[in-house]
Amino acid sequence: MSQKLPDANLTRRALLTTGGALVVSFSLLPSLGLAQAPPADTVSPQPSPPQPLPGSLKTSPMLDAWLRIGADGSVTLFTGKSELGQGIRTALTQIAAEQLGLAFAAVKLITSDTQQTPNEGYTSGSQSMSDSGTAIMHATAQAREILINLAAEKWGTAADGLQAKDGSVAAPDGRKLGFGELVAGQTLSVRAGSTSKLKMPQTFAIVGKSVPRVDIPGKLTAAPSFIQDMRPAGMLHARVVRPPSPAAKLLRIATSAVETLPGVKKVIVDGRFLAVVADREFRAIKAMEALAAAAEWSESPSLPKQSEIFDVLKSLPNKVYTIRDDKGPAGAVTKSLEAAYSRPYQMHASIGPSCALAQFSDGQMTVWSHAQGMFPLRQAIAELLTLPEDKVRCIHVEGSGCYGHNGADDAAADAALIAIGVPGVPIRLQWMREQEHAWEPYGPAMAMRVKADLDGDGRIATWDYSVWTNTHSTRPGGAGSTLAGQLKAQAFAIPAPQIIPQPAGGGDRNIIPLYKIPNVHLDHNFIPEMPLRVSALRGLGAYANVFAIESFMDELAVAANADPVAFRLKHLEDPRARDVVSLAAEKFGWQAAAKLGPGRGHGFGFAKYKNIAAYCAVAIELEVERETGHIRLLRAVAASDSGQAVNPDGIRNQIGGGIVQSASWTLHEAVAFDTTRILSRDWSSYPILHFAELFETVDVHVIDRPGMPFLGTGEASQGPTGAAIANAICSATGVRIRDLPLNAARIKQAIGV
Amino acid sequence: MVKLNINGQIHDVASEPDTPLLYALREDLALNGAKYGCGVGQCGACTVLLDGKPVFSCLVPISVVDGRAVTTLEGLGSADKPSPVQRAFIELQAAQCGYCIPGMMVRAEALLQRLPSPTTAEIRAHLQPNLCRCGTHMRIVAAVQRAAELSKSTAPQKI
Repeated sequence: MSQKLPDANLTRRALLTTGGALVVSFSLLPSLGLAQAPPADTVSPQPSPPQPLPGSLKTSPMLDAWLRIGADGSVTLFTGKSELGQGIRTALTQIAAEQLGLAFAAVKLITSDTQQTPNEGYTSGSQSMSDSGTAIMHATAQAREILINLAAEKWGTAADGLQAKDGSVAAPDGRKLGFGELVAGQTLSVRAGSTSKLKMPQTFAIVGKSVPRVDIPGKLTAAPSFIQDMRPAGMLHARVVRPPSPAAKLLRIATSAVETLPGVKKVIVDGRFLAVVADREFRAIKAMEALAAAAEWSESPSLPKQSEIFDVLKSLPNKVYTIRDDKGPAGAVTKSLEAAYSRPYQMHASIGPSCALAQFSDGQMTVWSHAQGMFPLRQAIAELLTLPEDKVRCIHVEGSGCYGHNGADDAAADAALIAIGVPGVPIRLQWMREQEHAWEPYGPAMAMRVKADLDGDGRIATWDYSVWTNTHSTRPGGAGSTLAGQLKAQAFAIPAPQIIPQPAGGGDRNIIPLYKIPNVHLDHNFIPEMPLRVSALRGLGAYANVFAIESFMDELAVAANADPVAFRLKHLEDPRARDVVSLAAEKFGWQAAAKLGPGRGHGFGFAKYKNIAAYCAVAIELEVERETGHIRLLRAVAASDSGQAVNPDGIRNQIGGGIVQSASWTLHEAVAFDTTRILSRDWSSYPILHFAELFETVDVHVIDRPGMPFLGTGEASQGPTGAAIANAICSATGVRIRDLPLNAARIKQAIGV
Repeated sequence: MVKLNINGQIHDVASEPDTPLLYALREDLALNGAKYGCGVGQCGACTVLLDGKPVFSCLVPISVVDGRAVTTLEGLGSADKPSPVQRAFIELQAAQCGYCIPGMMVRAEALLQRLPSPTTAEIRAHLQPNLCRCGTHMRIVAAVQRAAELSKSTAPQKI
């Protein structure tokens, strides 16, 4: 089954007639209320939903926001989350099919679209399964009971003993009524009830199975799958021209020569927002180059020195948020340690640069985008164009993997700002590689400092941790969050940066160590001023905080003369945390790895993502070439616990992919800049991991917890991997490197050969 | 008009002769297999075969392609009749976002035509020019090995 790209020529009227008229919503007759809890012996270990409603039912409580059944019995599921390559299209469909007793292929899924789906904010923070998956599980379970009750009413029998299976409700005597027949004539919407009769995990036929991803066959056989593959009739190609540096001012520009180039339809100069529109793609690129050459800019230094970035950040005004200040008993301190760690600016660097389509027709702006939040994007674009929000529709279409807030929102705003000046015509705006590298919002630089005391039993008695960093999300929120809004002549102010409160946290994500420590003080030093444009990069602060915490745990283990895994277990009480740590160590062969040959090392890292999502432990073996500082990655073994594992292969793909991506961040990546310009503008000036540097093996072991809540997985392995690599390098060389990236030059320098 | 031989079919394309092959494939022929990634031959998302050898289609102007055989992902197989490489990648679910995978598969096809039973080291060395950002590398290498097995098991039927 492959996915179809949305039809860019679809009008609102067409949508309503094809979608609305045939769709019948549920009614819930008062006598069939679901408020009563089902008998205890049929309840799964999944706790009954407490008030407020579970997952995204909190914000979208109407069942027909999530699920519609057509008169023909067709079942359409709606999610406000988006497929970003993480596989949620498949996993969410599995959950619905399971609860409704349907075949997997019988459920059609519509993803984030401001005109069709619930508003679930952003697809971020590894929350799709816990937000949308939980909502869909309860919505479809309740819908199933409504259908059963409707059948019982029609037959005049008790609902007990009736079953929903393969699109019908069936009675023990063989009678059947199709879902479509049951809902015919029903028009009422219904709020989700406070309890759901969930299926027992041991009866699951679809959830827990590695159902192949629905999007993969199409993507691998060149079916139109990505936003870049959309080609609505009459489409024109647009390109933007960006300033050469963030503070560059446009002195003058002569556009006449560009306007007469072959195929050029429009040249836009609106303050520092420059763009071209042409009939063919390569003509648009030539026009973009001509317009860039025609622009004369005045550049001035506005960036700090890269070599001094952490001093600069620490010198800027900050607001201290004390996340924890636990005072407890402490025995006599025998040893005290202190260390400082850092993470540079790093980029999302999607393989496909950002792209968007926009069309302004009959006063209505439609934008197709691969951004993470269609509803927030709609608000930003409405403000940018001074349109009411109901005149803007944003539809998610897949792009290249995004890993956070990359250029997607900006490209969407660019496309909309261009399209409003070319009414009636679909505009396809494609960023160039250099634009993605130089203008996407980076993962913020971070400085971490940690102090700890050990007592006479080799236990951590006190832990004092501080992180200094900017906000970790500048997502829209408002036209001023977009480059188009910032660059146009009548510019929008950049919104004041906000913290993301705990328990998710932003720069302080995962700042709370999961270890049992009696005295803990944690400070998040939030720096409002942003020397470079920054926002959410996969894991936000978790990657660097876990890197620091788990590196320091190894430093403390050495000081306590303890094995690093045993030292962690000594401080871990959460049984699920202990399980992933023990399983990763066992599958890795941690004890035997202590006798590795010269130049080889092994390292460990663990975290529970955001302290509320998936548990993940990673053990790594590597080899260090002392003469060059070059790393050879050998083995990675991970254990993870994502609660009820909906699609185990999908979890393995996410955890394994996160390990390789984190290895790239950890060994290579830092955005380069001088005081005027961003210097990382392509893959040679921002190197990432190549095949030659790949692990020999990566094994992921998934601990399934049937009936337990879904725990987000997409960002669970990056932090533990970074720390495991640093710890393995220390194990191989005896040298502790605390500043990312751990590249060959830095390792060679640290070894001192 | 430039004549292009794409997957065994001759097409006259309207693009100007200096247009990189990538844009002619995607725009004139509406082929989705080759992807724009960098435009400067650094990532491999646009990889196609030119006379059987992998090239970056973002760098090759159509004027120099004239008459030579171009194979794109569409030329390997289709959803109904996937090639061994495509079957292997689907079987092993060797994709996350999937954007880089077409380029990987086309490059792998060139390797398997030259070396029917490559070692892991040979696969890695061969795929070195192509970048993946999701970290799917391990599955990509395994899928190429699997494709080699599938190619052998289907080889007699090819003739």
